[in-house]
Parts: sequence; C-alpha cells; structure tokens
Amino acid sequence: MNSGNDSIILSLQDVNKHFGGIKAVDGVSFDVASHRITGLIGPNGAGKTTLFNLISSFYRPDSGRIFFKGERIDSLSLHQTFHKGLCRTFQISRELKFMTVLENLMLVPPDQEGERLWRNWFSRGLVRRQEKDIREKALSVLDESGLFKLKDEYAGNLSGGQKRLLELARTMMAEPELILFDEPGAGVTPGERKILANRIQKLVSEKGVSVFLIGHEMELVMDICNPIIVMDRGRKLMEGGPAEIKKDSRVLEVYLGGAAK
Amino acid sequence: MGMSLGGVLNFLVSFAIMASIYAILAIGLNVHWGYTGLLNFGIAGFFALGAYTSALITSPKPVGIMANYVRQAIGLNLPFLLGIAGAAIVSGVIAGVIGILTLRLSEGYLAIATIGIAESIRIFINNESWLANGPQGLIGLPRPLHNIVPRCYYNYLYLVIVSIFLTVIYFAVERGIRSPWGRVLRAIREDEIMVSADGKNVFFFKLQSLIFGAMIMGIGGALYAHFSAAIQPGVFEPLFGTFIIWAMLTLGGTGNNKGAIIGSFIVWALWSWSTFLIFKVVPRGFETRAPYIRYVLIGLLLIFIIIKRPKGMLGEEAHVSEF
Repeated sequence: MNSGNDSIILSLQDVNKHFGGIKAVDGVSFDVASHRITGLIGPNGAGKTTLFNLISSFYRPDSGRIFFKGERIDSLSLHQTFHKGLCRTFQISRELKFMTVLENLMLVPPDQEGERLWRNWFSRGLVRRQEKDIREKALSVLDESGLFKLKDEYAGNLSGGQKRLLELARTMMAEPELILFDEPGAGVTPGERKILANRIQKLVSEKGVSVFLIGHEMELVMDICNPIIVMDRGRKLMEGGPAEIKKDSRVLEVYLGGAAK
Repeated sequence: MGMSLGGVLNFLVSFAIMASIYAILAIGLNVHWGYTGLLNFGIAGFFALGAYTSALITSPKPVGIMANYVRQAIGLNLPFLLGIAGAAIVSGVIAGVIGILTLRLSEGYLAIATIGIAESIRIFINNESWLANGPQGLIGLPRPLHNIVPRCYYNYLYLVIVSIFLTVIYFAVERGIRSPWGRVLRAIREDEIMVSADGKNVFFFKLQSLIFGAMIMGIGGALYAHFSAAIQPGVFEPLFGTFIIWAMLTLGGTGNNKGAIIGSFIVWALWSWSTFLIFKVVPRGFETRAPYIRYVLIGLLLIFIIIKRPKGMLGEEAHVSEF
C-alpha cells in the first residue's frame, strides 16, 4: 500500500466533470504508481468509468489537471493519448465484429506503413515486410492468450470471456506503458476470471506495464490490486491496501448502506 | 427475330460499356459504404462533376455561329486522359470539402449532406446556363481515339478503354482494401470509438475514403460523358445517378468488389432489357407510361435483397486482409 519510492506514472489533480447538475467526478486527486496494479472500486454511479473516460481523453475535464509521465494530457484527443503510451479497454467489451480475431490484433500497432494508401501501390515490399512482422507478433500474442485456435473466427462470434481475453491481447499489441482496464472481469465465468487475473499480473511482472483497473466484483480487485482507491458519489473516499479497505468502516457503509451497521 | 446479328452485337457492346461504367461507380460506393460505412446518397453529384469536368476540359470552346447556341464557360480542348484526371481531381476536392464539413458529425449527416449537395450540383448546372449550356447540355463531346477505327466499330474500342479503366480501378481498390489501410477503414465501419482508442485518427481515414471513392466516381462520370458524347443535367437525377448504383452494390454484395461488378451488370440488364418485355405485356395506349414501372421494380428489388439476402450475392469475404 505504501508505494515507497515507486515512480508515479499517472497523476490527477483536482479533476472535475459534471453532466448537467450531476457532479460525476468531483475534485478528485490521486497518483498511480508505475509497475503496479492499482484498483479503483466504488458502488454504481461512483464516477469510476467517467474518471477513466477523462484519463483516456474520451471526455475533457471541466477543471483540474491530468499528468501522464509528467506531461499534461487533459486536452488531447482519444487517439493522441494512445500514442503517449496509454491504452484503455471498455466496460462493455468492444470488438470489431465482422473482422477476424487476427485482424482485430493486427489493426493495433501504431504508424503502420501500409496505413498510407499509396504505399500499398508503390512500396509493396516495405508494407509486406512490416505486415509479416505484425502478423508474427499477433500470432504469438494470440498463442499466449490462448486464442490461437480462434484466430480466423469473426470476433463477434466469441464468448464473453473470450472477448475479454481478446481485449487483453489487443492491449499487448499496443505495447503501452499504462493500461486502463474497465471491469475486465464483467461477464466472465469464475474460471475465466482467474485466467484473466493471471494474465494481468504477468503483464506487470514480465512486461513492466502499469495497470489501473476498475473492478466491480471484489474478488478480482482484492486478489491482484494494491493499492486500491475507493470512490463514492464522484469523490475519492480513501486509498489503501486490500486488508485496510476490507476493514474500513466508510467503505463498508458505502457498499452495504448505513443501515447495515 | 427482327434484329440482325450485328444489331444484337452492337446492343450488347453498348450494354457492356454502360454496365462497366456503372461498375466503376459501384466500386466507388463500395469504398464509401461497403468498407468504411459512409452513407453517400449523393453519388449523382460526383458522377455529374466527373462528366462535366471532363467535358469542359476536353471539348473546344464553341466559336462562330455555334457560340450563339452553345454557351460554355470553359473549353480547353485538351486530351481525354487530362479530362479523366481533371474529373478525378475535381470530384476529390469537392468530396474533401464535404468531408471536412460533415465527417465529424454522426453518419446520418453525411447522408443528408451528400444528397443535398448532389441535387445542388445538378440544379446549379441546370440553371447557370453560362457554365455548361444549362438544360440543353453539351453535345458532340470528343470520343478518344475516334479516328483509328471506322465509326460503326467505335463502341468496340470504347469497350476496351472502359474495361481497362475498370480493371485498373478494381485492382487498385482491391490492393488498398486488403492492406493495413483498408483494415483501418473496415475497423471504422465496425466501431469508430474503438479505432480511436487504438490511436488511429478516424476523421483523417474517413476523409481519405470519401475522397478516394469520390475520385473513382468522378472517373466513372467522365467515361460516361465521352461514351454518350452528350450530357445534360437530367441524366444525373437521384434515380440514375444514385439509387440504381445502391441497388447494384447491394444486389452484388456490399463489401465485395466482384459483387459490385456483377451487381452492376445484372441490374443494368434488368433495367435496359425489361423495356422490351414491358412493351409486350402492357395494354395498348399505356406504352409510353409503362417504362416507369421499372422505377418501382428497382425499389422492390432493393427491399427484397435487404430482407432476404442482406449480404447480397457474394457478400464480404471472411478473410479480407492479405498482404
């Protein structure tokens, strides 16, 4: 829980966002440390997804500042934050339905030569070579993710759990420094959740990626996240290790309601 | 029966030329709608821009007594290929302007903008007679290489010319679509937000698709102008200029360029051959009105395909990316 001398990869300073009269995110400040899995929990409507949308530049904050690796990112657009090394997934998994699993992965690497139309007509060899490398990388990521056999399947045909694995595999194609996972455990079986947890831990330990993760179900978060940030009604309630969070009376109150005490 | 073999052949050749020109337009639409999900209901606008641009570039400015009858703002008298290039460039530039204005909005707005702009282009040409002779249109447009074959065989030569254009466009689009560039377009069709989250500049790719498809449509328009050798604004009404092409692509297979070609030939055959049939079955006195029944048939055909076989005859291949 005490991040000691870990460096800070993401920093929020007094971030606000409201929709009409609703303060979805209300003066939130915190830091996310590198090479860790930081969790973000809170009841429905606490503002978790809005906060993710702000960090990934899907929305712009009304006020406040967001720093990624010491650089302000709160006025960029969605595709620009990606190039800074920040990659996100979505609460309801999104995939390119009528494209194969392999194509879903091969789309991701940035600045592909073949993304310039004329290169495909006039520098075919260059595009081919790069495409071969991207394909090999995608196949190895699929192999690690256990999706290799599904590579030629339309992504829309995958099961809920497989779609979550695909999402994870796609983030690996991006080679980001920080991944924002929005409820990676939603809609998957307990077995698949275990695999997912394992893969996320491996990302951090083997590839040195930092992870910031929204969890709705406690198990996944308590198992793999440290520290954990708790939000309620747009505000940051507390931050601490799993053991601390479990004991905290404010957290219990938020989750179980005042009457339960 | 009444027709000689030569007459049948001539009919087939002009049929194939028109179907091939429509196939080029359908491939352009496939770039927009089939691969990128851009709703372009204004094909007629790019069709007209291409036809008129090439006409004004290649024909001489009328002089002497002709100048009293044919008003034409520009007449550069340049070669056919420059006319084609000009047609592609003008269509592309106009598409770029439309795209910059509308592509950041949701897709419905592009449909509204394109249909509006196509009609505006047609009405502008119709009313502003100083530009290209208004409703009378331009006639006697130059036909490329017309002096190397006898007049009665010219259509055979033009079929070769159109086929070359169709082939080059087909392969250029195929290579583009099967490349990483095409992969981004197809991904935008599936889920724009996710493609932005993958770091791609969605607006920029949509703009490229709109311009590229419109350039192809412009070339189709130019080829039409030099085939018919006469163009008037009436040709570019929404049915002939836009919806028949939607029917062609939808029937052949959205997202499949071979389908676009096959669909164009089938729909054009139904359209041009049904005239004979309709004349045979309608009661006397209705002959002049009968051809309009075909408008209804095109609509019914579209509805039937969308309900019974939404992917069309061929549909998109499972593996498109291959490089």
